[in-house]
Amino acid sequence: MSTGHVLMGLLAAGGRHGYDLKKAHDERFVGARPLAFGQVYATLERLQKKGFIEAVEIERVDGPDRTVYRLTDAGRADLAAWVGDVEPPAPFVANPFATKATIALLVGDADLASRYLRKQRAAHLDRMREYTRVKTDPSTPMSEVLAADYAIAHLDADLRWLETALDRITALHHPLTTESDDIS
Amino acid sequence: MNRHAPIPSLHPAGGATSDADRPVLSARSIVYSYGNTPALRGVSVQVGAGEIVAITGPSGSGKSTLMLCLAGVLQPDAGDVEFRGRLVSDASESERSALRRSDFGILFQFGQLVPELTAAENVALPLLLSGVKRKAAITAATTWLDRFGVADHAASRPTEMSGGQVQRAAAARAMVTEPSVLFADEPTGALDALAGEQVMSQIVRVARESATSVVIITHDATVAAYGDREVVVRDGMIDHARDGIGS
Ligand SMILES: Nc1ncnc2c1ncn2[C@@H]1O[C@H](COP(=O)(O)OP(=O)(O)OP(=O)(O)O)[C@@H](O)[C@H]1O
Ligand SMILES: [Mg+2]
Repeated sequence: MSTGHVLMGLLAAGGRHGYDLKKAHDERFVGARPLAFGQVYATLERLQKKGFIEAVEIERVDGPDRTVYRLTDAGRADLAAWVGDVEPPAPFVANPFATKATIALLVGDADLASRYLRKQRAAHLDRMREYTRVKTDPSTPMSEVLAADYAIAHLDADLRWLETALDRITALHHPLTTESDDIS
Repeated sequence: MNRHAPIPSLHPAGGATSDADRPVLSARSIVYSYGNTPALRGVSVQVGAGEIVAITGPSGSGKSTLMLCLAGVLQPDAGDVEFRGRLVSDASESERSALRRSDFGILFQFGQLVPELTAAENVALPLLLSGVKRKAAITAATTWLDRFGVADHAASRPTEMSGGQVQRAAAARAMVTEPSVLFADEPTGALDALAGEQVMSQIVRVARESATSVVIITHDATVAAYGDREVVVRDGMIDHARDGIGS
């Protein structure tokens, strides 16, 4: 994810300083890793060099000086282009489950692998239940509902895989071909 | 009739009522075969008051058969089913059908509305059958159609509605009598994600408000995740893999 574009997006509604941007980011994107201040300031500096944002004023309250940045026309155009671009579909995400099931087959048998997969399934469903509660709570803000939908869709993909893997391993356990094997 | 007040949506798992420990429905070691095909091979499950139980499992594992036995539609070959301490599995067909009318709501994957009647008349039907006056029944039906987001179609016949709209009207019909237990077999199977979400969250909301127990049969994990608890059926038996994990 492009931190620069996310920060520019947060500046779209009006000028803000770095500290404020970090807080706004972490509150809005609850599922995302919190931004480090160093990363925010480095990114703002880079965006300013590119002419996508400009410093408009220095806010001096009771703490340190804070530079307020604003999106420039060039920045707004770049942001619009970025929003319209597709992200690369990533079909291969880390899959520790397949690795573990394979190891279970190596060190044990189909039964051990099946026991692991069934337990994993149950744990996944527990997690999905938590996100479902969040999603259906009328007081949940839209940004969190969208994040929950995303998490649910990913857990669901894992669950489908787990179910298929179980079917395959069960078929291994009770070979469907036993009768024809006897004949041959 | 109107128990539709707003409720907080974060609930402790397992139903919030004190009766939750005493099961409303309980099946002990039920066995059922279709001719020579064994469908259930000794299944025991309990459903608490206000509890939402998702029954999941692969295709052909026996989920629908289990639901039909719990709802008193099928009589198990062995084992028994109790509803509030009454033996359902031994009751006569007419007693079971009276029980289904008074205490159970059943929702299938494809709404199964009466094609000659409007959506409102379909939803009013169970009330009319139990002697509610037509005007009151239609009013209640309209309220329920509204809860499922299809009040606009109150006067439409099923053939004039989309599959998803029919299904939502069928959900309204299953809930209109405010049953003690709602049985739903793949209730969102024919719906897209948001329509499915509307049906499920409405069912859950009503169940929470009125301590209705819900038994949802599904192979869709996103639907099962609305439940307080999941019961997995594999090959006609309960899968106990969950024992020892989480709650
Ligand atoms: N009316 C019937 N006559 C004969 N066999 C049946 C009948 N209904 C179900 N069966 C068999 O009983 C077993 C369990 O079927 P059931 O319909 O309960 O499964 P299910 O878990 O609901 O499957 P699905 O997810 O596909 O709906 C299967 O082997 C099925 O072929
Ligand atoms: Mg079925």
